[in-house]
Amino acid sequence: MKSLEELRAIRAKMQGKVGVRAENENQIRVVVGMATCGIASGARPVLTALSDAVQEQNLTDKINVTQTGCIGLCQYEPIVEVLEPGKEKVTYVKMTPEKAMEVLRIHLLGGQVVAKYTLSAAQNNAE
Amino acid sequence: MMPEIALNILDIAENSVRAGASLIEITVSVQPEEDSLTVTIRDNGCGMTPEEMEKVQDPFFTTRTTRKVGLGVPFFKQAAESTDGSFQIDSEKGRGTLVTAVFGLSHIDRMPLGDISSTVYTLIVFNDHIDFRYTYRYGEKDFVLDTREMREMLGDSISFSEPEVSAFIKEYLETNKKETDGGADI
Repeated sequence: MKSLEELRAIRAKMQGKVGVRAENENQIRVVVGMATCGIASGARPVLTALSDAVQEQNLTDKINVTQTGCIGLCQYEPIVEVLEPGKEKVTYVKMTPEKAMEVLRIHLLGGQVVAKYTLSAAQNNAE
Repeated sequence: MMPEIALNILDIAENSVRAGASLIEITVSVQPEEDSLTVTIRDNGCGMTPEEMEKVQDPFFTTRTTRKVGLGVPFFKQAAESTDGSFQIDSEKGRGTLVTAVFGLSHIDRMPLGDISSTVYTLIVFNDHIDFRYTYRYGEKDFVLDTREMREMLGDSISFSEPEVSAFIKEYLETNKKETDGGADI
């Protein structure tokens, strides 16, 4: 069995590093819907894929991944909202971990909205 | 419908988060000899009145304003009862809520347990301000992850979402689950 003792080593290693990661105003907020509708349609792997990638690529200062409840667009779940300071909110719908990685690469890092996955694209297709 | 029990647990525990709980206790107990899989989720959140408790099992009741249906509890109830199991909610306004679901382990209609370690990981890492106590039991063996014990070792200033810590949590859950159930397909 793995024991919690390892946390002591992590604590020692992280002394001095603590506190640098306070939320800042310029951070991009990435919000994943995690109500019944989101969870049932696959939001959990999307949330973990995003947060794992942000951690692995050392982007935690720049990007903050969090969760929220239902925003009333259940038929479009899993939904990922991108809130960038000074810009309009972008709502991505019917996300998968793969699509979320594309959003991370092209939008969050590259600055280009991935139009084909947005809510407006989905609504236009439905018409 | 949820494809796995672990996702139902995540969904029900999110209710505890919204109920303002400061401690959420989740137990998953797999007992092959008794042919049962029991899940309990206990919180110290705002709780419910007897009237609310009755309504919460009705899919057309929710306290949300974004939509008119509340399917989380009915999904979980249905999933348990369809395996000759049982489902129960005990709640007291101001004290908290206990949800208990018992599944027939070998019943043909029982959905798989699914990725329970991911569920617990998601709850702990994304709800840093809430304490969790998770117990996983298989037969006689069990293991526990209690975030209060973790905080004691880590100190107050290190967040569970720090990469080193979240990686540890993931590994702890996966390794200890495997050692507890011997990698059984549940």
